[in-house]
Amino acid sequence: MTDDHLHVELVAADRTVWSGSATMVIARTTEGDVGVLRGHAPMLSLLTDAVVEIVRDDEDEVIIAAADGGFLSVAGDRISILSEHVVLSEDIDIDEARAELETARGLLPADEAERRLRRAEARIRAVEKAR
Amino acid sequence: MALSVREYRARIKSTESMKKITRAMELIAASRIIKAQQRAQAAAPYARELTRAVSALATFSDVDHPLTREEENPKRAAVLVVTSDRGLAGAYSSSVLKEYERLAERLRDEGKEIDTYICGRKGEAYFKFRNRPVVQSWTGFSDQPSYEVAAEVGRALIDSFLKEQGEDGDVDEVHVVYTRFRSMLSQEPTAVRLLPLEVVEDEGRPAESELLPLYEFEPSAEEVLDALLPQYVQSRIFFSLLQAAASELAARQKAMKSATDNAEELIKKYTRIANQARQAGITQEISEIVGGVNALADANAASE
Repeated sequence: MTDDHLHVELVAADRTVWSGSATMVIARTTEGDVGVLRGHAPMLSLLTDAVVEIVRDDEDEVIIAAADGGFLSVAGDRISILSEHVVLSEDIDIDEARAELETARGLLPADEAERRLRRAEARIRAVEKAR
Repeated sequence: MALSVREYRARIKSTESMKKITRAMELIAASRIIKAQQRAQAAAPYARELTRAVSALATFSDVDHPLTREEENPKRAAVLVVTSDRGLAGAYSSSVLKEYERLAERLRDEGKEIDTYICGRKGEAYFKFRNRPVVQSWTGFSDQPSYEVAAEVGRALIDSFLKEQGEDGDVDEVHVVYTRFRSMLSQEPTAVRLLPLEVVEDEGRPAESELLPLYEFEPSAEEVLDALLPQYVQSRIFFSLLQAAASELAARQKAMKSATDNAEELIKKYTRIANQARQAGITQEISEIVGGVNALADANAASE
């Protein structure tokens, strides 16, 4: 690649949520947080329900999104983040996420509740980070 | 010319309002079709990236996954038929169902039994009317399917596919019958085999020159595959649903356009007949008057 940027695509199942160039991407995989800079080795890993941070290069702006699981694929300075649902922090309704967190706490069966809990938490954290 | 002018007028009126309705439906379908196409386009990147990832996995690890494993002696096949919820779309639903019957016959010839899964009320009604069993059906989204629905359908199909042979509800193959959207003018009912997966697809497959990088898999190739393949299946189903939605709208637009044209023809025809009837009435009246005058004149001449 000639230019020294990462090309990032943040893709949800039914649309491309964000795409552009960036200097760094931070995401949480099942193995732990990874930060991807330029020249990273090709990688395909599973994401957990958590926050994805994209540090843009042209302005000091950070794109923060909450992804419900999915994949991170890195190849030749191209990063794609695939997830069934991706929400940008500015599109998250914090009150709704908090309410969801509350309902998920009291819910059974446990694994379903935990999944919803994690998703709601990821959303809230995304909003808090964006502040 | 059995009817009176008044009755023809009434017919013209009702045909005119019918024409208004079909015209409105045509316009609605036309505007929705653009949206449906945009949705299909918006969903393309996800499908493309997934396909890339799956083919990367397929190239660099030995793909041996329950979803790609061929059963040695397949006995049951599941068929998912994608029909519409509403009618007035010409032959849309019936041609999908016809394609389904063809596929079902072929599968039966191969000695497989068939489990039917349905999307759309029209298909449901078709099977209910014929008293044929349906394993599961989903309705209420045919003109704008969401990914959630596709995921739900996908999960149901994958679950029954993954069951062991001999277990209740097990299937060894999964087929999908949907209508492929070629263009505004042509939509084509298509049957494809979804499971077991044949991983590399023609569409969206990276070109030969574009060598796939040597990926590292985290946590491991198997686990990534485990998570990736169901997603891939769901995305394929989503793709079929989107295509079907666009096709349904295109079929409806075409059907409504010809209905509008036919209504126009009918109105023209009825107007002619009504005019003829009116003219005939006038002629008859005149000849009656003339006849009356002549009769009077004859009577007067005779009396003089």
